[in-house]
Amino acid sequence: MKVRSSSSPRQVRRATAQGLSFILPNFVGFAVFTLVPLVIALALAFMSWDAGHDPTFVGLANFQRMVTDLNFRAALVNTLLFALGTVPLTLVVSLGLAALLNSKIPGLRFFRAAMFFPYITSLVAVAAVWNMLFSVNSGPINTFLRTLGMQDPPGWTASPQWALVSLIIVSVWRGMGYYMILFLAGLQSIPTQLYEAAQMDGAGRWKQFLHVTLPGLRPTTFFVMIMLTISSFKIFDLVQVMTEGGPGRSTLVLAYQVYQEGIVKGRFGYASAISMVLFAIVLIVTIVQFRMEEKHVDH
Amino acid sequence: MSTTDRIESAPCQPAPGDRGPRRSRRPVIMKWVVFALMLVASLLVLLPFAWMIISSLKQDSRVFTVPVQWIPDPVQWDNYLRIWTRVPFLSYLGNSLILAVVITALQLLTGSMAAYGFSKIHFPGRNALFVAYISTIAVPWTTYMIPQYIMVRNLHLSNTLWSLILLQAFSAFGVFLMRQYYVSIPDDLCEAARLDGLSEHGIWWRIIMPLTKPALASLGMLTFVNTWNDYMGPFIYLTSNSNWTVQLGLRSLIGMYDSYYALIMCGSVISVLPILVVFIIGQRYFIEGIATQGMKG
Repeated sequence: MKVRSSSSPRQVRRATAQGLSFILPNFVGFAVFTLVPLVIALALAFMSWDAGHDPTFVGLANFQRMVTDLNFRAALVNTLLFALGTVPLTLVVSLGLAALLNSKIPGLRFFRAAMFFPYITSLVAVAAVWNMLFSVNSGPINTFLRTLGMQDPPGWTASPQWALVSLIIVSVWRGMGYYMILFLAGLQSIPTQLYEAAQMDGAGRWKQFLHVTLPGLRPTTFFVMIMLTISSFKIFDLVQVMTEGGPGRSTLVLAYQVYQEGIVKGRFGYASAISMVLFAIVLIVTIVQFRMEEKHVDH
Repeated sequence: MSTTDRIESAPCQPAPGDRGPRRSRRPVIMKWVVFALMLVASLLVLLPFAWMIISSLKQDSRVFTVPVQWIPDPVQWDNYLRIWTRVPFLSYLGNSLILAVVITALQLLTGSMAAYGFSKIHFPGRNALFVAYISTIAVPWTTYMIPQYIMVRNLHLSNTLWSLILLQAFSAFGVFLMRQYYVSIPDDLCEAARLDGLSEHGIWWRIIMPLTKPALASLGMLTFVNTWNDYMGPFIYLTSNSNWTVQLGLRSLIGMYDSYYALIMCGSVISVLPILVVFIIGQRYFIEGIATQGMKG
């Protein structure tokens, strides 16, 4: 139902009522269980509220507390490291897979399905099998590394140095198929005439990839970057099922600390403050990415 | 919708580099090089699943052997019988199924209704409302996890399946995905139905819903799989064993029988199997649903 400039107030009211009748069933649930909690979280960040006590306003005390909180510092660093490892790796792998699969090879559908399947399998099962694969003494990965002649293979999830790396590996393995699909869709949208023109100019495969494919994929790459960055910063359940933040603090990440402080220890205020920091980081990174994209488009 | 049709048809199109005036044998060789590369890559990616299945058919003591035993000997089919008596796996499967079906149904119904309101009916304030909606998609779930937890507790819904249904059935993501499809349907179609005297709800139910079956399949499968696989939600809210889902059951199996490696892998296989079935049935809808997310709308 279109409301034109000539519409009478009655028609506008009617359209509004009808529009809302469609939107409300979802919106009420969404507002009560997502929007309202979001607003409450913002307020909670400035309060002290431990389970069993009444909430009191404490200003910035929660944020000051973070500065000296060793868990928070470790979680902040680990979250950044995790994103720094996962984002570029997943981006390169998924783009590479999409580029390879964007040609007519036999078994294409099978390959695409195989790459995508890890994305939709349960994290608990994934964690169970990878924890066994990573097993230090007799796991298949280290057995394989020893046959290659490595005397002292990594300790993976059992070692503070390698635990985060293990999480990055599993995370790339699990996510690459999803982003590959996004890239494949992007590749299909590049006009074939561009490739033909490039060929006329004598460009080889690699040059075509650099000068036609990559620029043509720019909107997709931007979208993938944003999605990937956001999902890396909110990494949470993988940590819970694989390492529970350990060994020591080596895989403690911000989202996991929110859960530990808020739900395990019942410190609602402090946990909310940490979650706001996490949210702020995600927001800033996203805005920076948007700005960079705009600049690029302008030039 | 058209996005995946194009992906599906990709093999029929000449690949970049395959065409042009010079038809040498190089493209043919390249094709098989790519094929070999992809074959190795896929096998590597699927290796953890192969290991999962193989180990689930071994004796616990044979799971970690050096060198790795790729064919179980003896084959322990027994594991798949033993698991049902160790933990109430059937009850876990039932709870997961209830949650996945109810949440998916509610999501499809309310999500497509909202998508209709956001794309086919013009009224003041609509776009602002939509922006408020989708901007929350980027907000990490952990941000509102604590208030949700307090709310559910105060509503006395902790440790009920209701808590998860209410928290997960009305996601902004579903509305976003459905709207992406709805905007591709010409408004003229609705206009014509209006002239024929069909009400807005009639247009939605009788014309748009049948037209968007592929979109419903995509969203339905994505939601089903997400709900089935969800671990943190049930972990936070479902405390008593009788309410547990497959993922919680599997997790507790790992905790209780941590050296029963074969049994754990057996449980993992059972938990992944329904997803595999859904995926085989609807592979193209999964791909379609995801490809749509990347489209500008």
